[in-house]
Amino acid sequence: MRGMKIYEARRARDKFAMVLYCGAAVLGIVWLLFILFALVRSGVGGLSLTVFTQNTPPPGSAGGLLNAIVGSLIMTAVGVAIGAPIGLLAGTYLAEYGRGSVLASTVRFINDILLSAPSIVIGLFVYEIMVAPMGHFSGISGAIALAIIVIPVVLRTTEDMLLLVPGALREAGTALGMTRALVINKVAYRAAKAGLVTGMLLAVARVSGETAPLLFTALNNQFFDANLNEPMPSLPVVIYQFALSPYKDWQKLAWAGALLITFAVLALSIFARVLGSRKAAQ
Amino acid sequence: MNSMTPVGIDLRAKISVKNLKFFYGQNQVLKNINMPLFANKVTALIGPSGCGKSTFLRVLNRMYDLYPRQHAEGEVLLDGENILDPKQDLNLLRARVGMVFQKPTPFPMSIYENIAFGIRLYEKLPKSELDGRVETALKGAALWDEVKQKLNASGLSLSGGQQQRLCIARTVAIKPEVILFDEPCSALDPISTAKVEELIDELKNSYTIAIVTHNMQQAARVSEFAAFMYLGELVEFSGTSQLFTSPEQKQTLNYITGRFG
Repeated sequence: MRGMKIYEARRARDKFAMVLYCGAAVLGIVWLLFILFALVRSGVGGLSLTVFTQNTPPPGSAGGLLNAIVGSLIMTAVGVAIGAPIGLLAGTYLAEYGRGSVLASTVRFINDILLSAPSIVIGLFVYEIMVAPMGHFSGISGAIALAIIVIPVVLRTTEDMLLLVPGALREAGTALGMTRALVINKVAYRAAKAGLVTGMLLAVARVSGETAPLLFTALNNQFFDANLNEPMPSLPVVIYQFALSPYKDWQKLAWAGALLITFAVLALSIFARVLGSRKAAQ
Repeated sequence: MNSMTPVGIDLRAKISVKNLKFFYGQNQVLKNINMPLFANKVTALIGPSGCGKSTFLRVLNRMYDLYPRQHAEGEVLLDGENILDPKQDLNLLRARVGMVFQKPTPFPMSIYENIAFGIRLYEKLPKSELDGRVETALKGAALWDEVKQKLNASGLSLSGGQQQRLCIARTVAIKPEVILFDEPCSALDPISTAKVEELIDELKNSYTIAIVTHNMQQAARVSEFAAFMYLGELVEFSGTSQLFTSPEQKQTLNYITGRFG
């Protein structure tokens, strides 16, 4: 047949391209699996009930991660409680009110910068505006640093999700005589609900692993203390400190903590994806 | 201008459009439109895509106000009051002039809530009375029998035709005076289309209706009056049967016989 030779060459290139794409995809996921494997291998030995019931120990003695876990939960919760509403409202402004306005495009631009700002910069910033004037490290300044990381994440997903809501739905609400705020609250938010929740969960996942902003703000604390005005321990900072220490017990706990936090974030991300895809299937 | 026939005895203009011009930015898309919408009649707006008929409809409830850089000049009198007046309260206007869209747009909530929500915007009713109103609205839209077992199911779970009738029920439930239909059947199959057309025929007893349609058989079936628009101008307005059997303008004849558009 005419052209067979040209076709054969094309087919060979096609096969080669496919191998290249698949290879890259496999290589990508292999690292994640490798990390998970290493964590489980080194961390699972350190996991026990005492990890959840005892505070971080002084060097050379047994203990757990209770104070770090609770500190992480508190600071993440407060950070998200402060940052998420701001991100949600600002994202709503961009999608619903500010389309085409100069203010909106400025906010969007700055938000994109904030989104990719190194978190250590945010830690230093909060150190300057809170820790230094207050004269001491504190849980609240840690939570504020986390909130500053939460804002751009939630803002971006909120805008994206609201822009997916068809304009026809807004017009339908308007045509019934709904005010703009009602259209947003009752129609747009509802239509985008799964996406908005997904955005917040991803923000939680993002900040619960942050170390740098907490090093300069909440620092650490050997003891269990829910007082936001005191230095507060967190899993990432404890992992950082213990992993670098020469003590075997501390290193073991660091691995256990790393395992905990990784699987918590993984579970949260999977949950967020499932929620998001369930929405897409509708 | 054009003749207006047939002149019945009880013809009252619910809406009078006078010297209406409409602009998207600098671009004028409606050129001096003058026509009435008679009370309790169905008026069809026909014409090729881009002729301005949907734009015209969106002036009547000022939907265009949602978007920047669109504006109208002239007068649109609803019971003698100019709704283009900047002082016109838009939400109240839209409560009086309802709209049904091309694509069904149920809200992401239950069938019951889709209807009840609109009612609650204007009236505070006890639950039992609200239930009754929802039922009446759904019956009015010929949907009750199909959904009475599943009022708590999502409005999005209905078929396209059912969704469109839900949207009609939602519009009717808040008791408007005028209902605007913007190609309400273009996304529906023939059976659903027939149901919606029947519904429009019943609704005209209580409401003044304007319908934009690309389907000339549909215009002939459902309307008493028809307006043919072309390139932003109203070419001809008359009784539907006259417009379709003996139009006065050559352009109208060409369009309805399929020679262009």
